[in-house]
Amino acid sequence: MSDVLQAGRSRAYPLPRREVAKALLAGRGEALVVAGLGATNWDISAVGDRADNFPLWGAMGGAAMLGLGLALAQPGRRVLVLTGDGDLLMGLGSLATIATQRPDNLALVAIDNESYAETGMQATATAGVVDLPGIARAAGFATVDSAVDEAGLARVLPLVHGGAGPVFIAIKVRLESLPLVMPPKDGAYLKDRFRLALLGPGAVAA
Amino acid sequence: MSTVTIADWPQDVFRSLKSHDVRQIAYVPDAGHARLIELARADNAMRAVVLSSEQEGVAQLAGAWLGGQRGALLMQSSGVGNCINMLSLPAHCRMPLLMLVTMRGHHGEFNPWQVPMGQATRSVLQAMGALTFEVDEPAKVGETVNAAARMAFEGQALAAVLLSQRLIGAKTFGR
Repeated sequence: MSDVLQAGRSRAYPLPRREVAKALLAGRGEALVVAGLGATNWDISAVGDRADNFPLWGAMGGAAMLGLGLALAQPGRRVLVLTGDGDLLMGLGSLATIATQRPDNLALVAIDNESYAETGMQATATAGVVDLPGIARAAGFATVDSAVDEAGLARVLPLVHGGAGPVFIAIKVRLESLPLVMPPKDGAYLKDRFRLALLGPGAVAA
Repeated sequence: MSTVTIADWPQDVFRSLKSHDVRQIAYVPDAGHARLIELARADNAMRAVVLSSEQEGVAQLAGAWLGGQRGALLMQSSGVGNCINMLSLPAHCRMPLLMLVTMRGHHGEFNPWQVPMGQATRSVLQAMGALTFEVDEPAKVGETVNAAARMAFEGQALAAVLLSQRLIGAKTFGR
């Protein structure tokens, strides 16, 4: 018996992840942006490092829940989480948790290359039969859609920025090796920078 | 449930959390936290979030802090094991994390499957850099939570209150 993984299938997908990140962030407006560890961190940093980004360098499985805590604390701001299939698969239970809270300002975007790209391009479970948007839909997300090409991307962009939350969008992207574009990696600095930008000087005062 | 042994310490914990402006309560239930969860769920100024697994709460409360809110994570000692790697997030980023842990695996534990993690809980938390505060007298729970909350929020530290099974009584499943 063998498993159902189709390693390398995603090499043929048309959408390049950096172009997807650029398109997603072009319309961010006032949105606060969280990126999961690894490639989505480099993606948002390639678009431009900024104080109201929180790029994770660790905490695998935690990006979506970090987004929930932020969205609950800031109900007047859109919170956009970009993360990979590996990070989401490690925290699938959090989709149930998030759907249960029904944050109307939270959008999760799975940038799905079907691979653990940082560790040697090994296939993830989405390279087989696992359907992330199907899981999000079954969990009870208010808005769920997916994109595999330019037309799909154009369709989901308005949902990411304005769809009724919680939103779950899965975008299949091409498996490729890209230059790493790294933001600062000191988490305490990233945290203080983010809080200063969002909350003002009182956020780090005594 | 015996109201004599339970006393009113959950109310004291709730008062302490309110006084520290805790706004997000993340929890995986435990019998010892039942009353506190009810109080939090009934409070309009608090958001009580039931988790699928405890490490979700660590990430949630990091997000809450980024957004300007304080939180507390309620779990039993078995849940501490589920949190270990995720504790790197608040530890490295120097974010506060207040944890209220009801202990299992001690003091007449009925279920031996709870013993390994229960016995390791304090060491594991300390290994990840958390301050630990043990309490086993009902009258001292409120002040202990207060002390832990102050050190967490004022010091951007990980702080765990370990609520002894003596407070809650060993679970017996009616035996």
